[in-house]
Amino acid sequence: MTTLKKFSRQQLFLPIVCVLLVLAVNIVYDVANGDVFYNFFKISMTNGIFQGRLVNILNRGSEVAILAIGMTLVVSASAGTDISVGSVMSLCASFCCMLIAGFGVSSVDSVTPASLALGFAGAILMGCLCGAFNGALVSYLGIQPMVATLILWSAARAIGLLLCNNLIVYVRVPEYGVLGGYLFGIPTPLIVVIVCVLITTLLLKYTALGLYIQSVGINKRASRIAGLNSKRIIFLCYLVCGLCAAIAGLVASSRITSADSNNIGLNMELDAILAVALGGNALSGGKFNLAGSIIGAYTIQAITTTMYNLGVSTEVTPVFKAVVVIIIVAIQAPPVKAWFNKRSAAKAAAKKEVAKV
Amino acid sequence: MKKKLLALSLSLAMAFSLAACGGNGGNTDTPAGDGPDDGPIQVGFAQVGHESDWRTASTKSAQDVFSEENGYELSFVDCDNDSAVQLDAVRNFIQQGMDYIIIDPIVDTGWDAVLTECEDAGIPVIIIDRTITDSDKYTAWVGSDFKVEGLACGEWLKAFAADKGIEEINALVIEGSTGASATIGRTDGFKEIADREGWTILDSQSGDFTEAGGQEVMESYCQSYKGQFNVVICQNDNEAAGAMTAMDAAGVSYGVDGDVILVSFDANKPYVQLVMEGKINANFECNPMAAPMVDEIIKQLENDETPEKEVYVTESWFAAEDNVKTITVNGEEQEMVHVTQEVLDARPY
Repeated sequence: MTTLKKFSRQQLFLPIVCVLLVLAVNIVYDVANGDVFYNFFKISMTNGIFQGRLVNILNRGSEVAILAIGMTLVVSASAGTDISVGSVMSLCASFCCMLIAGFGVSSVDSVTPASLALGFAGAILMGCLCGAFNGALVSYLGIQPMVATLILWSAARAIGLLLCNNLIVYVRVPEYGVLGGYLFGIPTPLIVVIVCVLITTLLLKYTALGLYIQSVGINKRASRIAGLNSKRIIFLCYLVCGLCAAIAGLVASSRITSADSNNIGLNMELDAILAVALGGNALSGGKFNLAGSIIGAYTIQAITTTMYNLGVSTEVTPVFKAVVVIIIVAIQAPPVKAWFNKRSAAKAAAKKEVAKV
Repeated sequence: MKKKLLALSLSLAMAFSLAACGGNGGNTDTPAGDGPDDGPIQVGFAQVGHESDWRTASTKSAQDVFSEENGYELSFVDCDNDSAVQLDAVRNFIQQGMDYIIIDPIVDTGWDAVLTECEDAGIPVIIIDRTITDSDKYTAWVGSDFKVEGLACGEWLKAFAADKGIEEINALVIEGSTGASATIGRTDGFKEIADREGWTILDSQSGDFTEAGGQEVMESYCQSYKGQFNVVICQNDNEAAGAMTAMDAAGVSYGVDGDVILVSFDANKPYVQLVMEGKINANFECNPMAAPMVDEIIKQLENDETPEKEVYVTESWFAAEDNVKTITVNGEEQEMVHVTQEVLDARPY
C-alpha cells in the first residue's frame, strides 16, 4: 500500500496512467468486437519485420519523441517554447535532399555514400544553426521565446522550399530510406529515439548540465549570481532543440524518401509542446522530467493509433482527440490533484477517527 | 529629448513611406485606365501555392499560355496556401486595373465581397480548379469533375474484376484532405458504383494527400484488415507512394502480379511510369492544364461572346493492362489508355 502510494506521488505516475488508459480503450473495443483482449498488443513477425499496433505507436511517435527531448530542455531553461521546430524539421529535410540531389534536381536514382554523409551532416549543421539563431535571440537579446522562434516558424519552411526550388525532391533509394525504415526488423526511428534519449540522459546525469538547466529555469538571476552562465545555458538548450529538430526532420524525410517541404513537420511543434505538458512538466520552466515528455509523445501517437483502430471517421477524429487530451490535462491539473489529495487525506482522517472510537 | 527626436524621425519616416505608397499606386493606376485594347492583355493569377507537383504543373501551364508571345502580360502571385494573402492579391489586381483575374481559390467561401468589387471594376473573374460556393459573381469556372473521376474509377474496377473473374471486392480507401472538393467528389463517385455493385468498403480514412499520411493509414489498414482486402484506392499519387511502402513492409503484394489492386488519382508522370511498370493498376488523371481553356474563354470574351459558366478540362484514364479498353461513365464511352513508353513520353507533366 505504502509503495503504491509512494509511486502515485511520483511525477511519472499520472502520465503512465494516462497512456495506459488510452491503451485500455482498445482492449474494451476489441473485446466488444469479439476479438481477444490482447488483439491491440499483438506483435508478430512478418516479412522479417516486427508488426503490430504497439510497434506502430513506437514507430510513428518517434519524431515527436525526438522533438520532445529538445523541447523539454527549452521549456525548463527558458520557461518558453520553441515553436519553430516543425518548420526547422522541414528546412533540414529539404537541405539534406538538396545536398544529395543537387539544386533544382527533383529526383535522383542513385547516391554515393559521400553525398549521403554530406546531406546528413548538412542537415544536422542547419538544425544547429537554426537552434543557435533562436538561442541567441532568446538568451543574448532577451526576446520572448515565442516571439523569437516565431521568425523561423514562418521563415524556415519557406527557405526549405526555396532550397528545393519549389519542388518535392525525391531521393528514392533504399539507402536513404534506412533511417525511416527498419533495421533488424525493428523500426529505425525507434532506435534513433533510444539513442537520443540515452545520450541526453547520460549528459544530464553524469555532468552537472541537468542541474544547471533546472536552476536557470527556476531562477535565472540567482543562478547567475551563484556563478552559472545562465545565458550560455539557455543558448545551449535552444541549440540542442534545433539539433533534435534536424534529426526528427531527417527521420520524417527518410520515411517518405523525399523532401516534402510543405508537409514535413507540419504542426508538429504543437505536438511536441503537448508531449512536454502531458509528461507532467510545468511549461513555466524549472524542474523537468525527460521520461515524462517521451511518454507524453507516445501518448499522442497512442491516441492517433487508437482512432485508427476504432475506425473513427476522419471528420470527427480531431474532436475525439481533443476530448482525450482535455481529460488527460484535466487529470493532471493542480486543483484536480489537490482535490484528490484532500479526499484521500479526509478518508485517512476518517479512518483514524474510526480507529480512535 | 532623445525619445522625442526618435519619435519625430519615426513619424517622418512613416509619412514618407506613405507618400511613396501613394505615388506607386498612382503610377500603376494610370496606364490601366488607358484601356486594354492596345498592348498586351493583362492577366492576374492568384495561385494557391506550390505544395505539389500537380500545382507546379498548373503554374507552369499558366506561365506558358499567358506569355508575351501570346499577347499577354501575366501577374502571378503565389499565395502560399494563405487565403488572406489571396484576397489581398485579388484586391491588388483590381487596383492595378487588370483586364482579367484568374483565381484558384484556397477556400471556397468568403468570396462575395471581393468578387463584387471585381464586378464593380468591370473585371471578369475566371475561377480554376477549386470552387467557390458562396458567390456566383464570376464569369466562368474551369476545372476537373472529381465525381466523374471517382465514377470512372468504379466503372473501370467493375470491368476489370469481371474480366479477371474477381467476384468479391473488399476495398480500402485512403481519402484526401477532409473537406477538399477532390476528396468529396472522388469518394462520392466511387461509393456510388460500390453501392450499385454491392461492393464492401471496409474503411475510409484520410491520408491528407501526403505520402506520410498514406503510409500511416495503410500501415494501420494492414493490421486491421490483414488478408481481408483486395482493392486499395488512394485519392492521390503521393498517398499511393506511401501505401506502397507500407504494403512492402507488411508483405502485401500489389499491382499487376499482386494480390491487391492498387488505384491512384492525379496521374503525375512518375506515377504514370509506375502504372507502366505494373505497380499501380490504374491511375485517373486530374488535369492541371486549365490555362489553355482559360485562354479560350478570354478570347471569347474579347470577341464579346458569352462563354459557358462551367468548363471541364479533358482528362485521361490510365491502366497497366489492356484488358479493359473502354468504360462507360455517365452513359458516355471513354477510353482506358494502356500505358506504354510512347504514352509516357508524350506526358507533359
